Amino acid sequence: MIKNTKKAQKNNILSLEDVSISYGKFEAVKNIFCNFKKGDITSLIGPSGCGKSTVLRSLNRMNDLIPNCSLKGTVLFDGTNIYDKRVDPVEVRRRIGMVFQQPNPFPKSIYENIAFGARINGFVGDIDDLVELSLKKAALWDECKDKLNDSGYSLSGGQQQRLCIARTIAIEPEIILMDEPCSALDPISTLKIEETMHELKKNYTIIIVTHNMQQALRVSDMTAFFNAIEYEDGDGGKVGYLAEFNSTKKIFSSPKEKTTQEYISGKFG
Amino acid sequence: MEEKLALFKNRKRFGIEKNIDIIFKNTALVLSSFVAIILLGIVLVVFFQSFESFSRYGLKFLVTSEWNPVKDEYGAFTAIYGTLLTSFLSLLITIPLGVGTAIFITEDFVPKLFREIIGSFVELLAAIPSVVLGLWAIFVMEPFFRAFFVFLHNFFGWFPLFSTEPTGRNSLLAILILVVMLLPIVTSIARDSLNQVPKKLRNASYGIGASRWKTIFSVILPAALSGIMAGVLLALGRAMGETMAVTMIIGNSNAFSWSLLSPGYTIASMLANQFGEADGSQVSSLFYAAFVLMILSLVVNIFAQWLVKKFSLKY
Amino acid sequence: MNSLFYQKNSSRNIGDKVFTSLSLICVVIAILPLIFLVTYILIKGGAQITPELFTLEPNPPGDDLDAGGINPALIGTLIITTIASIIAIPVGVGGGIYLAEYSKGGPFSRFIRFGVNVLAGVPSIIAGVFIYSLVVSTKILFGSMYSGLAGGMALSILMLPTVIKTTDEGLKLVPNELRYASLGVGASMYTTILKITLPSAFRSIATGVVLGIARAAGETAPLIFTALFSYYYITGFGDLFYEMGSLAVLIYNFALEPYDAQNKLAWAASFILVLSILSVNIFSRILAAFTEKTKRV
Ligand SMILES: Nc1ncnc2c1ncn2[C@@H]1O[C@H](COP(=O)(O)OP(=O)(O)OP(=O)(O)O)[C@@H](O)[C@H]1O
Ligand SMILES: [Mg+2]
Repeated sequence: MIKNTKKAQKNNILSLEDVSISYGKFEAVKNIFCNFKKGDITSLIGPSGCGKSTVLRSLNRMNDLIPNCSLKGTVLFDGTNIYDKRVDPVEVRRRIGMVFQQPNPFPKSIYENIAFGARINGFVGDIDDLVELSLKKAALWDECKDKLNDSGYSLSGGQQQRLCIARTIAIEPEIILMDEPCSALDPISTLKIEETMHELKKNYTIIIVTHNMQQALRVSDMTAFFNAIEYEDGDGGKVGYLAEFNSTKKIFSSPKEKTTQEYISGKFG
Repeated sequence: MEEKLALFKNRKRFGIEKNIDIIFKNTALVLSSFVAIILLGIVLVVFFQSFESFSRYGLKFLVTSEWNPVKDEYGAFTAIYGTLLTSFLSLLITIPLGVGTAIFITEDFVPKLFREIIGSFVELLAAIPSVVLGLWAIFVMEPFFRAFFVFLHNFFGWFPLFSTEPTGRNSLLAILILVVMLLPIVTSIARDSLNQVPKKLRNASYGIGASRWKTIFSVILPAALSGIMAGVLLALGRAMGETMAVTMIIGNSNAFSWSLLSPGYTIASMLANQFGEADGSQVSSLFYAAFVLMILSLVVNIFAQWLVKKFSLKY
Repeated sequence: MNSLFYQKNSSRNIGDKVFTSLSLICVVIAILPLIFLVTYILIKGGAQITPELFTLEPNPPGDDLDAGGINPALIGTLIITTIASIIAIPVGVGGGIYLAEYSKGGPFSRFIRFGVNVLAGVPSIIAGVFIYSLVVSTKILFGSMYSGLAGGMALSILMLPTVIKTTDEGLKLVPNELRYASLGVGASMYTTILKITLPSAFRSIATGVVLGIARAAGETAPLIFTALFSYYYITGFGDLFYEMGSLAVLIYNFALEPYDAQNKLAWAASFILVLSILSVNIFSRILAAFTEKTKRV
């Protein structure tokens, strides 16, 4: 039994242990236990406001940037609690990259968008090569190889998002977090990004928040369904929790929870 | 992938980078506290320098108008009265003019381009140095109003404010140049406040058949009132502390007079005039006067800020 | 009978007309003197402009018909404003960075922002009085009393609130997504600020700072007993520690002289001061309007 968990832990690159996150007095999510396996793509799904983004941001300490956001519990990355006092959040973010819901390229050239992160991460190789490689991995190379010096803003929304993905993979994080990366995109760009994810899966662990059930089904190995319930004291506020976590196949074919069933079949959310 | 990772030689943040980060933050922190330090420094310095005069004359300083370095008698009543009089009277003239102008350029009486030109012109004028206004007041405004002042005295001489023969430089001229100075401030703040009134309020009023000016008076102005008030208070602070233009035109006399047509004094102009040459207990008395001016403008400013805060919560 | 037609003589319509005319009158009363003021300064001052004006020292007032030039005052204004900028810009930008980037809206930052507004409302002559007792009367600057350096310090107190405010507000306009993007690829906070947020806010900060400098250049009250005035050429670095002329104080001093020649110099100095301040203002407005349209491209 003990051996078993040890073995399981070895595969777990990231685990949440009894994590609760609050914004000031308001508790957004409560008592999350969850293990992310190395090399997997995991989807976080659930109705709006249940705290998916909150949990995702907590995985690389982006929550630190939000005033009065606080976390209880442990987030283990490679066996270290990233919320330990001695941990440097900047290093955490170097090893766990993030792609945001809205594409947010730097107001710099396409080339610089990628080079910036690489440089600050102490990249010593040939930056030209890195730019090309990253853009290729993000399936953007063909579309922008002739205009690397144009501003990142000159790209379309979908291209900008892929630029942001390229920027993230350029720093070679071990985990990539994506918060609804396709929500602002058209179906074609979405497909391209999904292809990119399949490609990335070989080398990276990916955790993605999505509202698109089809997407979760298409790209992910594991799925975590989050839900929110009213506070017990019933003053109308809601607190998020992890309702069900299983392989994507199981979640979509035979969910254990009734709410999961209702959510994936579109009854609410 | 493994071999590529090797290219990130210095992925770890070394101590030095972490330290730069900390130093950077703390430097910024120290720099931002400079504001507080300077502010505190100003209050303390002025207070301690005025201490000697304060302990000698006490509050009597505020209500007597003797200012005699030879006899060592000091009272700043004339200057305090002049400060309050010129700033309040100039505001009294500026408010209707400024608010009227602001209404004109926020309503659609004339094409937008025209309104914008008027608006930015008025704002540009706020940039003209007050010493230049003073120069203009001496050489242009004073001759221009000379005959009018004589007329004022001849026909309204029974009224205390016009009871003396007009002199070349006097309080009324100071008030008029202050109006020119304050107009841009009041106008632009009033315009901003009027622009911030939600459109739906206006439409609601038009919707129930109110005419334009009925709407302006009963809906728009009340909604913009606290913003305009804050602007007026800021202008009041400026008027009380304004030095150059006033010093150059007010005549600088410590002899108290009810009449606006005779020379007057303000605290700021008294400082500008005497500070350079003062010594002994005169210096301390000047600091006392400066302290009074500082308190006056602090109170007005803090009150204005309080209003702004209250105002910004509303929308 | 009630009719929907416009009734010229109804009391409501007459009232509206009256008030509309009143507001128009306000505009005219407000605008006319201002137009008159600007044209007068430009014409009267412009008429005094000669090449010698820029090269000569002013002659001391007296029966001497030739007033000389304003070279020392012109250079003095440049030097004093530069000193003020050298002090106020780093302090103000640094302070603004702290307020916008580090403080999370806590009591400290609220207190400082409040202090910035209060400092902005402190009468400028009080800043002069303050530097006088801190620097001039104590002879703390290597034994010198009135000096260009002291004048620059007094002006910097007036510039500081403007610089902090524009930095704070400029940085707050930078979308948080950009910060997240940079921090998300593992940049340190200072790298993020120096390489990403400050450059993004550069134009709006620069505009505000330049306007602040222009305003400071015309300030007189803080200088009259810190930098005082000087009739003589500024020849070297050491002159920083002595009385220094400035256009603003020159205008003040010479406006009050009974001699026409000095008065003319005052007009000429006003022309230069107003023209430079107005052009800086107009230029930065055009630039701001222009960048508003081309933002994010
Ligand atoms: N910066 C914040 N400050 C305060 N409360 C926040 C903040 N961000 C999120 N919340 C609250 O936390 C709860 C969870 O929000 P979160 O953004 O994590 O939800 P989500 O599941 O990502 O929703 P969506 O699917 O709409 O993106 C919500 O009730 C939200 O109001
Ligand atoms: Mg979300």
